[in-house]
Amino acid sequence: MPAPEQHRIIFKHIDEPGYTNDIGCYLRNGGYEVLKKAVSRKPEELIEEVKKSGLRGRGGAGFPCGVKWGLVDRKSGKPIYLIVNADESEPGTFKDRYIMHQDPHQLIEGTMISCFANNVKQAYIYIRGEMPHGARILEKAIAEARAANFVGPNILGTGYSCEIFVHRGAGAYICGEETGLIESLEGKRANPRIKPPYFPAVLGLYQCPTIVNNVETLCHVKYIAEHGGAEYAKIGTPGNTGTRIFCVSGHVQRPGYYEFPAGTITMGQLLNDVCGGPLPGRKFKAVIPGGSSAKILRFGERFKGKRKVGTELVDYDWGVEDVPMDFDSLGMIGTMGGSGGVIVMDDTVNMVEALANINAFYSHESCGQCTPCREGSLWMKKITSRMVHGQARNEDAALLKSVADQIPGRTICAFGEACSWPTQSFIAKFGDEFKQYPETKKTAKPVDAVALV
Amino acid sequence: MIAPAKPDLVTVNIDGQEIAVPKGTNVIEAARLVNVDVPHYCYHPKLSVVGNCRMCLIEMGMPAVDPATKAPIMDPATGKQKINWIPRPQIGCGTNVSPGLHVKTTSPMVKDAREGVMEFLLINHPLDCPICDQAGECKLQEQATGYGRGYSRFVEQKNVKPKRTQLGPRVTLDDERCILCSRCIRFSKEIAKDDVLGFVDRGSYSTLTCYPGKKLENNYSLNTVDICPVGALTSTDFRFKMRVWFLKQTIAIDTESSVGANTVVWSREGTIYRITPRRNDEVNDTWLADSARVLYKAVKAVDRLAATETIEALVARAAALFQSAPGAIAVVGSGRSTVEEQFLTRHLATALKASAQLVSRVGQGDKLLISADRNPNVRGALVTGLIKTLPAQQLTDLATQIDAGKIKVVVAINEDLSVAGLTTAQLAKVSIVYLGAHANATSAAAKVVFPTLTVFEKSGAFVNQQFRIQKTLKAVPAAAGATDDLVVLAQLVVAAGGATLPAELAALWKAIAAEVPTLATMTFANLPENGLLLDATPFAALPFVEGETLHYKPAQPAVAAAIA
Repeated sequence: MPAPEQHRIIFKHIDEPGYTNDIGCYLRNGGYEVLKKAVSRKPEELIEEVKKSGLRGRGGAGFPCGVKWGLVDRKSGKPIYLIVNADESEPGTFKDRYIMHQDPHQLIEGTMISCFANNVKQAYIYIRGEMPHGARILEKAIAEARAANFVGPNILGTGYSCEIFVHRGAGAYICGEETGLIESLEGKRANPRIKPPYFPAVLGLYQCPTIVNNVETLCHVKYIAEHGGAEYAKIGTPGNTGTRIFCVSGHVQRPGYYEFPAGTITMGQLLNDVCGGPLPGRKFKAVIPGGSSAKILRFGERFKGKRKVGTELVDYDWGVEDVPMDFDSLGMIGTMGGSGGVIVMDDTVNMVEALANINAFYSHESCGQCTPCREGSLWMKKITSRMVHGQARNEDAALLKSVADQIPGRTICAFGEACSWPTQSFIAKFGDEFKQYPETKKTAKPVDAVALV
Repeated sequence: MIAPAKPDLVTVNIDGQEIAVPKGTNVIEAARLVNVDVPHYCYHPKLSVVGNCRMCLIEMGMPAVDPATKAPIMDPATGKQKINWIPRPQIGCGTNVSPGLHVKTTSPMVKDAREGVMEFLLINHPLDCPICDQAGECKLQEQATGYGRGYSRFVEQKNVKPKRTQLGPRVTLDDERCILCSRCIRFSKEIAKDDVLGFVDRGSYSTLTCYPGKKLENNYSLNTVDICPVGALTSTDFRFKMRVWFLKQTIAIDTESSVGANTVVWSREGTIYRITPRRNDEVNDTWLADSARVLYKAVKAVDRLAATETIEALVARAAALFQSAPGAIAVVGSGRSTVEEQFLTRHLATALKASAQLVSRVGQGDKLLISADRNPNVRGALVTGLIKTLPAQQLTDLATQIDAGKIKVVVAINEDLSVAGLTTAQLAKVSIVYLGAHANATSAAAKVVFPTLTVFEKSGAFVNQQFRIQKTLKAVPAAAGATDDLVVLAQLVVAAGGATLPAELAALWKAIAAEVPTLATMTFANLPENGLLLDATPFAALPFVEGETLHYKPAQPAVAAAIA
């Protein structure tokens, strides 16, 4: 079956020749019309549209946006804050960066609509420290929007006022975790908070109710405000509405970003038809479907079970190529859709070395607050680094698994899962390769092999 | 007395035991009430909860209810309400009780979680217990016996961190031992209000340090050493001096101000090695000022007085002085003496038909554990009737009387009269009988000197600013040549023509109870370790100098109350 056509709603203008990131270009393309209409509506209506749309957060967890907004404590009398999570740091993910670089006004419009819907008077865009260019573009775009009265006091003469500030991170992956982000925004070390009691919807920024939404999510909100929740829900599949942006990297012919209605494209279609298949003479070996913390899939493995289609339960028997790329299907086969970062590895990759790379990242990014993640992530890294650069032992695979099993579910934030899932899944899917690695190492590497960090 | 408000009670089930605990209690504290120990490192009852060590993970469940009808779902097997157990472990410190909460602390999941955390904490820990000061009182060591593996699977290089950072004048840090629980950081920020500590670097390389240009030098810095669950923060004074299991613990009171913080004195073979706080939630919580921890150095100070004559000879000389000047004798008692000593001082003054006075010592309160009144026991003198009004800082009246020749003999107890405003000429004009532990201008000028004891060498009671009577016990034997204040005072009372009073505590307390209405039902032995509140109403009108400190608010000034 050929792959469906791309359906670009968020990336509509990305890479469009002649499209620039200034407000003039945005206005010529119908920009801020949605905001103009939205501010004349009742905020509750907008929230209702988002609930109807079934929009799920695009940051990684896929939590329904309407439910998140519904949890906000609106009776406390405290101000409600909205934070745009632009700390896109998950390895393999590069969608928000393009929105901010090439279409920043789309984000600002989506943000302002969301602020209006939730009676937010102050929004922050928390942008990753390594994206200084994006921060400058956003600053400029906000200034333009403020000059045009789309941001700031008395927006479009409605009496509603809302400011947006850009806050740059200082270069830490953990700032993408919403409570860590809030701590960082408050000027502290980005140590994620314990939940309970510090749920952002109740006790967030400055202990006030706070909404933290991903950049892409807010752009979807703009689309929903424009077309209505019901219309949006028709894109994609039930439970996985709207479009998904896939950032494909690694060993394919055409890596890049692709936007499709959620659940309408399978992994095989994405990698073979859209991305042009493996490099010449190579074969796909493994793929991580949702950013490097998602559990890896091995080409050749099969997934069997029952799934819900409409109201009926039907059997499925999928290879990796057959899996629909939506939150629920990927969840069913034991991995996750995550942030949409699809990392492809072909048969030239040694899994021990790939895991050593991933473990180096997570051990470097653990905030160090709680014990299992802090000690476990570095221990796993030390083991895999030793295997690659020093002496590999036969018992290392079992030890790695045992260490990884002591982390998830016992930490303050989801980083515990993020740092242990790669090791758990690599060992589960490629255990033999780990056991054989002491032997593999004795074989000389090809001369053009990439040096490992 | 107004009965305290009855807290809302919540019934929870911990390892099968039902218990009603006040709302807001967390699982660690609730479990403590049924003698179930939930191991923990970062949690401290007096600090904010951060939940970072993950040692207190427990299994938790709530009674099942039908989502639609809210009716309880019963378990047919047991006939009780079904419990929905949460599949992942929860932290005991950050989980507050709620009605019907069920907790398991011994399930395989909990055991597995604790063992995992324990292993992780040990992989980068130096395991240098044989040379570590914390050994013997180390939480890591204790929990390792319960949840440790007994061998290490860790074959990699351990992290290397600074080994002997001077965080301040009194605290030395070994970063490799630190388990990053952040208790010290929270203490500095929340209790000492001196936010100087923080972590730098990330992950397992996180390192505790002072902020640039800052030092941990506030007067509460050593509390970080007390609450450090491992041997990372050590007292520079105590470091490498003694293994803690050799030390005898004696309860005592901090005598540097009227707060009366509760302490433990740690000694071995007549030598004191350190003083640490003793928890009293009504007085000092679990804290103690650094300045209180060096008071023991007075015991072996170079200026200790030692007698060169027998006590009988000294008493005889004092008696001769008393007889030489009937009606011209003054007694200067002390707010640093114990209740028992003040009681005998009152008898001495009565027998001598002399006026008795105290010397006030006022400084700046620190709003925490050091109050403005630096005498620990002015209220004891009020309760025992030694004085009726609050003392002044200068003995102006006494000076005038000496100048006028009306006073010929002064009995000074533990007070340096030169500090209290008497000139060298005035001291030379009178015959002084001095009781004290250390040499000073008064002891040098005195005709008769009785070397007595420091507070660590004797037992007795003090009444703090809350009118709480608290006892301190003898930690070390008396120094050579020094006599117990009570023995000296009892003999002086007789020498002055007064009644024979016991110098031994139990017997003396019978006399005290008989004479002092406020203390009527008490004995020294049954005085609880956390003290006993006395009736303060007879003294409510006195203008005490203390401002607000931890667990103490001064009574409203009378004038303000009248206006209100």
